[in-house]
Amino acid sequence: MKTYLLKRLLSAIPVLFIVSTIVFLILQMTPGDPALVILGQEATLEEVEDLRQQLKLDRPIYEQYFNWLFNALQGDLGESYFMNDSVMEAIISHLGPTISLGILAEIIAITLAIPLGILAARRKGTMTDQSVMAFSLLGMSIPNFLLSLFLILMFSVFWRLLPVAGYKPLSAGLWEHLKYLLLPAFALGTAHAALIARMTRSAMLEVLNANYIKTARAKGVKEKWVIYKHALRNAFLPILTVIGQSFLGLMGGTAIVETIFAIPGIGQLIVNGVMRRDYAVVQGAVLYVTFAFVFINLAIDMLYGIVNPQVRLDSKK
Amino acid sequence: MTSSTENIDLHAVKTALRKEHNSILLRQIMSNRSLVIGFVIIAFLILVALFGPLVIAHDPNAMNVLNRFAPPSATHWFGTDNLGRDVLSRVIYGARISMGIGVAVAIVASLAGLIVGVYSSYYTRLDHLLMRISDGIMAFPGLLLALALMAALGGRASNVVLAVSIVATPYIARVVRSEALALKEQTFVEATRALGASDTRIIWRHIAPNTLSSLIVQATFIFAEAIIVEAALSFLGAGIPPPAPSWGNILSDGKTYIYKAWWMTFFPGMTITIAIIGLNLFGDGLRDLLDPHSSKTKN
Repeated sequence: MKTYLLKRLLSAIPVLFIVSTIVFLILQMTPGDPALVILGQEATLEEVEDLRQQLKLDRPIYEQYFNWLFNALQGDLGESYFMNDSVMEAIISHLGPTISLGILAEIIAITLAIPLGILAARRKGTMTDQSVMAFSLLGMSIPNFLLSLFLILMFSVFWRLLPVAGYKPLSAGLWEHLKYLLLPAFALGTAHAALIARMTRSAMLEVLNANYIKTARAKGVKEKWVIYKHALRNAFLPILTVIGQSFLGLMGGTAIVETIFAIPGIGQLIVNGVMRRDYAVVQGAVLYVTFAFVFINLAIDMLYGIVNPQVRLDSKK
Repeated sequence: MTSSTENIDLHAVKTALRKEHNSILLRQIMSNRSLVIGFVIIAFLILVALFGPLVIAHDPNAMNVLNRFAPPSATHWFGTDNLGRDVLSRVIYGARISMGIGVAVAIVASLAGLIVGVYSSYYTRLDHLLMRISDGIMAFPGLLLALALMAALGGRASNVVLAVSIVATPYIARVVRSEALALKEQTFVEATRALGASDTRIIWRHIAPNTLSSLIVQATFIFAEAIIVEAALSFLGAGIPPPAPSWGNILSDGKTYIYKAWWMTFFPGMTITIAIIGLNLFGDGLRDLLDPHSSKTKN
């Protein structure tokens, strides 16, 4: 297990290196001088030059890159040009809303998808099955920003039940917190629910025909137990994979959903950073997201062993 | 004499076989509901994109300040927007832009993915390099990468195609590579090599053509993804510059006036959704038809 963990961690290094290089290069390609962008058009040439020196923008690109990389390794991601704050601070202060949103979205997805998937598998070929599959196709097809707009239309414009955008932290009260997060979480969760429901259905279908299920039924085990204890447990591995993948997918989805609902999370931080050419923020936040990706992936692999002890990570090459 | 009768018979048998093969294929296609429904939707949207602009009554950019925010009616089926422009005409023109970008991305990414995929399957060192780069590209959310690229390149239709293609290429390359790796070990490739064929010939005449069916299936999904990413980019203000009526731009206007004019969001939103459903159905159907082994959830 330890060797496997170490191997996985080491294999993440080149990926992180490449990601940081790609991000760095893309932002270097961006036309326009960031110093000029920060100071505005009225700035004098000297002011711009001063700021360029202060931000070390006058150094050669490779030097800027290695400086940044060296500092990043020590946990220093630089200063934001616009927020007057260190990038690390900015990431930490934007993390809360994204985590809340991600967890709520995943809870919505799982509580919707697994029962629906099981239902579809048990009633394979019936109208119920077909409706679940149709819902799944619809859920996977609607891009989350469109779903966000449809949900705003329904719940905020027509029925006026929930606020159209904004964010309140958990300290403002649970309902206040949830009120602002429900629509975006639903918009993000639906696509994942669709995917998880599909996977649950097909994994359950495979398991439900197995001999040990027939044996359990023959022994007179209650249907509920057969489904939840015998079948679902064995079907859970592929389902877990999809849940893990969907959690990773959340990060990409949050960028646009957070922008639509004005939620001050990591996604919005990156989008604003790109729009304002706040190099340090975009580099730092993207690196952070990639880091999170790699670790969530690793955590999912670790979970396999817990859910199904037959999976031995060491023996996997 | 006998040989000529045999020839005639053989010819007849061949024709009969081909006919039977065609009829089986046709039956397979017709019984594949996803494929048929998806095809009908996509064909309809492509026809609308090509010929719609010729038959519509309103100019998509013609403003009419006296007729702002008019709800759907007989003259304006999808209503009018904040500048009094006909939403239906804009959606139809938008089909041209958005579907055009989708097709362009599918073609560019397929070509690039094919080249990267077959070469990296063939040369191990190159494989390491190319696959690490594609790992890097795939490691962060596609939309964010496209957004960063657009900020660097500037908002233009050709740049949208370029940015989305860069994001999509690794996904195609992966699929092609895994097919090609298996093909490389096949006897017919070994035989060609033993006959002295050059690497280029083996790659392009023997390996690449055999990866096409998976590539085409993947390209359909990339087509759908490209429409979504273009809409998202334009929606965020980093895609096609307004006032060009791309679907994302129309939605972006719609969001601003969502309280005042629901139709500005609802109709373009539904159009995108239908296009994506059509492409997903078509892709699923195509996968079942061309590549029955990989169909995932078919039961």
